Amino acid sequence: MTRKTRRLWIVIACLACISSAAALTLRAFSSNIVFFMAPSQVKAHPPAPDRTIRLGGMVVAGSLHRITEHDAPVNSFNVTDGQASVEVHYTGILPDLFREGQSVVALGTVQKDGGFTASEVLAKHDETYMPKEVAEELKRTGKWDPRFGKAPDAASWDTMTAKKTGG
Amino acid sequence: MFGPEQGHFALALACVLALIQFVVPLWGAHKRNARLVAMAPFLAVSQLFALAISFFSLIICAVRDDFSVQNVAANSAASKPLLYKITGVWGNHEGSVLLWTLILGVCGAAVSTFGRNLPDILRGRVLAVLGGVSAGFQLFCLLTSDPFDRVFPAPMDGQGMNPLLQDPGLAFHPPILYTGYVGFAVPFAFAVAALLEGRVDAAWGRWVRPWAVAAWCFLTCGIALGSWWSYYVLGWGGYWFWDPVENASLIPWLTGTALVHSAIVVEKREGLKIWTVLLAIATFSFSLSGTFLVRSGILNSVHAFANDPARGVFILALLALVIGGSLALFAWRAPSLTSGGLFSPVSREGSLVLNNILLCSICAVVVTGTMYPPFMQLLAGRTISVGKPFFDAATIPLTIPLLLAMGVGTALPWKRAQLARTFSHLFVAAILAAIGLVLCFWKFSGALPIACGALAIWVMAASVTDVLRRIGLGHSSRSEMLARAKSLPRSSWGAALAHIGAGITVLGLCGMSGAQHAIVEIHVGETRSLAGDDWTLVNVHDYAGPNYRAMQADIAVRHNGKLVTMLHPEKRDFTTQNQTTTEVAIHTNFITDLYGVVGDRHGTGADATYVLRLHKNPLAPWMWLGGLVMAIGGAFSLSDRRLRVGAPKRSAARTMAKA
Repeated sequence: MTRKTRRLWIVIACLACISSAAALTLRAFSSNIVFFMAPSQVKAHPPAPDRTIRLGGMVVAGSLHRITEHDAPVNSFNVTDGQASVEVHYTGILPDLFREGQSVVALGTVQKDGGFTASEVLAKHDETYMPKEVAEELKRTGKWDPRFGKAPDAASWDTMTAKKTGG
Repeated sequence: MFGPEQGHFALALACVLALIQFVVPLWGAHKRNARLVAMAPFLAVSQLFALAISFFSLIICAVRDDFSVQNVAANSAASKPLLYKITGVWGNHEGSVLLWTLILGVCGAAVSTFGRNLPDILRGRVLAVLGGVSAGFQLFCLLTSDPFDRVFPAPMDGQGMNPLLQDPGLAFHPPILYTGYVGFAVPFAFAVAALLEGRVDAAWGRWVRPWAVAAWCFLTCGIALGSWWSYYVLGWGGYWFWDPVENASLIPWLTGTALVHSAIVVEKREGLKIWTVLLAIATFSFSLSGTFLVRSGILNSVHAFANDPARGVFILALLALVIGGSLALFAWRAPSLTSGGLFSPVSREGSLVLNNILLCSICAVVVTGTMYPPFMQLLAGRTISVGKPFFDAATIPLTIPLLLAMGVGTALPWKRAQLARTFSHLFVAAILAAIGLVLCFWKFSGALPIACGALAIWVMAASVTDVLRRIGLGHSSRSEMLARAKSLPRSSWGAALAHIGAGITVLGLCGMSGAQHAIVEIHVGETRSLAGDDWTLVNVHDYAGPNYRAMQADIAVRHNGKLVTMLHPEKRDFTTQNQTTTEVAIHTNFITDLYGVVGDRHGTGADATYVLRLHKNPLAPWMWLGGLVMAIGGAFSLSDRRLRVGAPKRSAARTMAKA
């Protein structure tokens, strides 16, 4: 075995591995990327029912209902970005940090009736009590600009959203 | 003594010492001035001393509840238990940077103490590189994230610590993980020193490998501990979430594993030298960017820059300097390194090359999956995320050939293998793997878990039969076998153990893919069945803890009417922080975990219902047990006699393994 043929073998092995890794990555990307959407975006362009998305916004105060279906607790609540609200159904235990009037991110699919079935609800947040996607979305919709002070607190959000969805 | 000002001064002193440690030995090595080079070990030890004083001062501030120190006021509280006052020191950004530099100081001092058999010039250069990195991060600490900042007026009490973090597992997770991250600075320094010297030989491989193995052991333990913590504290029944912080530790682990293997080829056959040097640089670069870019949230969210632009710019400049500088040096000097011995593709070297290629491909996939979302956000403004489905789909198909190669590799001889002979060596292992495949068909469901489970058994069987063959099972007497077992190098035992550990972890992961869970809402006294067990909610009662109120449920688990265990999950309400935490109850028999969580109570009195989350997790403990076995294997190979040859009195390897 000469140095040249050895190098050839190594190069072939490298190319094979790298190309299969790239192929796997691209294939996995095309079916598994999860887009973040705000309720108004979901209302405007509903994604396909088999497409998993992350829905983020504020939980509308007073919207949390709970029923028991086949022994399993089903939570329903509305998520809003101040422009539109989407009803979320979630079977399971809501996270410890879940609060009405605070931000939430739900992973799941949009149903045909416009409701959202969540497989996972996240209420992880930083010191502003807001996940970064939700903060971005609030900035985008013009509800909050970090240059002009702190994020609106939960109480003011309650009134903002209650007007929108209650009316 | 040991006030915040003294700590601050000690940190500044350490920074100056580190700068001298960077400049003087390099200059001395350049001018061939032995006296300047010989200053390096002394400087490294005194730098560690200064850093230790600084770190100890911060601990004293936290223990004494000195809330005039900004860092203590923000992260501690008078009512916090003493253990968490101490461990809380490294639970925040400033403290963790200080811990990071302290561990780097320990590494420098360890090289100067245990590296006495190194050539003076090489040791001087290694210490100089470590000093340079140290100086950079101490400057970062001093200028942008000073843990000793005072506040005026001092608040009466601190803001307290997240109750979720008040956990012994998490208290010791960061130091172990950081030791793993920072430990890879030593192979990095060796690589840079070798590039400066323009020479990499078998001796270099022998010096650098124990440091890489030691760092790898700590990183393995740190990752396993972190995963275990999220399993028993977060209460979702999950063990790995593929989030950027976790990936940041997995990426250097993958390249570090590749480094540990490729350094064997340098040591035994003087091959793959340039590649090993590049891996050493890459591993530390990934450790650095992992800890600082991902953890500080710079890449995750754009406005982390806005919070503290100075911090972000400083850290980016520092990373660019360390990583860019070493890569530029590599590009300049690497072509002058000569390549080593020849080998055929089917040989031990060939299998190690394949191992490296596969590990690096997996690493590339993980890097892509981790970096793509933030870059998409920066460039296209779209918020996307990739999670478990992506990483599973992209990494598992690459893991399968890796596991296959792991079994074959150890059975191959160096230089050139005869296929027929290798197959005869692997015959028993193949039969065991076939039996394993049948077992997996019976126990697991899904094609990938079955395939991976059988391959894990293949890896373990191949490691065991390889050791048995080497000690001459079947054709020698018992005493002869014992003698052979004793003379078999510890590194071989270590490698076999580490491979068995990897197999155990993979089996655990396969088992967990068949985990079952149910979320139920029931009254006290009701029973639900899950996966063949009957779970009865016997009682729920409230009680008051030291700084929380708790609701505790008693759940009886019965199998065919026989009581298996009582689980006591809790939900705790920390009123001062307005936070609830979940205390998971886990019963394990090391084959299956029964895992219970209690959620909300709805209704009152006898009519009240309780939400319960019940999990049955087969083979869950094996995931972390395997990590521990891998680390023990690494430590075992560190105690190899070969590494002690030439070392005066106490061995570097053994003390490192203990540390």
